Amino acid sequence: MTQTTTPQLVETDVRLRLFERMVILRRFEKRVYDLFLQGFVKGTSHLSIGQEAIAAGFGEAMRSDDWTFATYRGHAHTLSRGVDMAPVMAELMGRAGGLMAGKGGSMHLTSVEHGMMGSYAIVGAHLPIAVGAAFSAKYRKSGQVAVCFFGDGTTNIGAFHEALNFAAVYRLPVVFVCENNLYMEYTAIHDVTAVEHPAADRAAAYGLERIIVDGNDVSEMYRIAQARLTRARDGYGPSLIEALTYRHNGHSRADPGKYRPDAEVAAWMERDPIPAYRERLEREGVTTQALDAIEERVSIAVDRATESAKASPPPPAEAAYRDVWSDGGWQWRS
Amino acid sequence: MPDMAKLTIAQALNQALEAALMEDSAVVILGEDVGKDGGVFRITDGLFEKFGGDRVIDTPLAESGIVGTSVGLAMAGMKPVAEIQFFGFIYETMDQIASQAARVRFRSLGRYSAPMVIRAPFGGGVKAPEIHSDSLEALFTHTPGIKVVVPSNPYDAKGLLLSAIDDPDPVLFLEPMRLYRAFRDEVPEEAYRVPLGKASVVREGTDVTLIGWGPSMALVLAAADELVAQYDIAPEVVDLRTLTPLDEETIVTSVQKTQRAVVVHEAVRTSGFGGEIAALIQEKAFLYLEAPVLRVTGYDTPYPMTMFEDLWLPDTSQVVTAALSSVRF
Repeated sequence: MTQTTTPQLVETDVRLRLFERMVILRRFEKRVYDLFLQGFVKGTSHLSIGQEAIAAGFGEAMRSDDWTFATYRGHAHTLSRGVDMAPVMAELMGRAGGLMAGKGGSMHLTSVEHGMMGSYAIVGAHLPIAVGAAFSAKYRKSGQVAVCFFGDGTTNIGAFHEALNFAAVYRLPVVFVCENNLYMEYTAIHDVTAVEHPAADRAAAYGLERIIVDGNDVSEMYRIAQARLTRARDGYGPSLIEALTYRHNGHSRADPGKYRPDAEVAAWMERDPIPAYRERLEREGVTTQALDAIEERVSIAVDRATESAKASPPPPAEAAYRDVWSDGGWQWRS
Repeated sequence: MPDMAKLTIAQALNQALEAALMEDSAVVILGEDVGKDGGVFRITDGLFEKFGGDRVIDTPLAESGIVGTSVGLAMAGMKPVAEIQFFGFIYETMDQIASQAARVRFRSLGRYSAPMVIRAPFGGGVKAPEIHSDSLEALFTHTPGIKVVVPSNPYDAKGLLLSAIDDPDPVLFLEPMRLYRAFRDEVPEEAYRVPLGKASVVREGTDVTLIGWGPSMALVLAAADELVAQYDIAPEVVDLRTLTPLDEETIVTSVQKTQRAVVVHEAVRTSGFGGEIAALIQEKAFLYLEAPVLRVTGYDTPYPMTMFEDLWLPDTSQVVTAALSSVRF
């Protein structure tokens, strides 16, 4: 896969870059949805359409050697670290040209070069792991920050609390970002959580600030990301951010999302982060042509990524037997 | 001759950890009470004073957090050595070990890995209650991606622990609690290695192969003495030392010679690792066998109350009886 299909970072104006990042995430995931319906995308996939502002804001603010830990809803976080679209698309299709050579699938996107430390299918598992990476940064004084994204459902799992306490006790450079989209899988977080704000209302238990931000406002996300990354880098310890957002789709491919009131869905669709930001940029004087050009460029890149992924062959069967052990194999007997 | 001292397993492990901390600044130790207090079994005694709190880290009582943090440290290039205070507490960490540490390499095409060691005291015989005495090694031999190492004596304990810390894969290192201070052996002062994946033929013989690991070796060796002294039977004794990767060759070669085998473990019988060894032997040495492969194991119950512990645990006489019935089959 030689041809680049990630056009981002072309723009020099941060505002346009934020816009472009969101457009990439949106168009990519819309294509994934179509490809799923056509039978190209294998396994399962969890889309974050509607939540792009969070990944875009952090992706723009993070240093290239910072680390991202994401959940199974991690396509956007992977792309927003600058990973090329084509291998991500190919991975979702289970092709040899995929980011993990077709072996990891939608739920395990990882890229060493981009600091993408993995997408984790087990809810909550990656919070202590992010803490460990942050521990190494503090020990080595590398200035790196671990950013750990998770959903509202994670806040009721033990690992969330273990990880926050660890991070606070050792003042580790980690930023925990709760993407509160109001629903765990099918059940409203509000119905099963003792406090109104599942992350922010727990912050005090670990001596952390209560931070709630509009997760659909990309400039707000960029601003809070910058502030909290800097704070972590300067040795002031962890942050816990609750970003309010909404997923336009259901939880996974199997879920039409019918448990959500129509009025609620409609209200959040009105607050779609991308048109809102586009209007704002136009108000600020960015030309329609400039914004259209970004949309056009991304659209072409998504088409190219799709073609490239479709052209990639399936992985060889041996791939299922590789890399269990450090010798590259799977034999457990000496 | 290098300097030799007579050390217990506990002292040998402490020496290994000190050597690892000296050799490589990426090595850190973390766990509950391992720092200022030197650990509930004193295995990390004195290391906090020598290396400081950045490298010998007292953690919250949160096993999943301890192991998860270790996975992240390892993925980021450190070499964490985590202590789980009793092996029975390992259930709290199953997701981090089985779903994360053991699979990082597989999922990432070998680009990330989790080279870490999880140390845990295990086994019965010290009048500790259930969960503090359980032998759960088969949960992890059933988990591709994590190595399982079980020393039974001070020399191996030191050399195997240093190899485990060097190893590029995650390693579960099980320390037989009842043998921590049961006896002393000569242990070289320097930092030597005992390779993983190599069993040890502790005693050569011709009549029956006795196979064990960790705490079971004490009774296997006592049974071997009794078989020689009282029954004129010459058992061959194999200490597996590493369960994953398993030294298949040493087991098969021995059984081809003796044509009989008895496997001894404290863990409960059903789906215990003894069953795997019996299967291996019938796959690889079927036509050599003169008797069924026998198992001497714990019972299929939760670990018993302290007053019944001695009744519950396999003992020397059971090993002798099994060896005799194999030889007389």
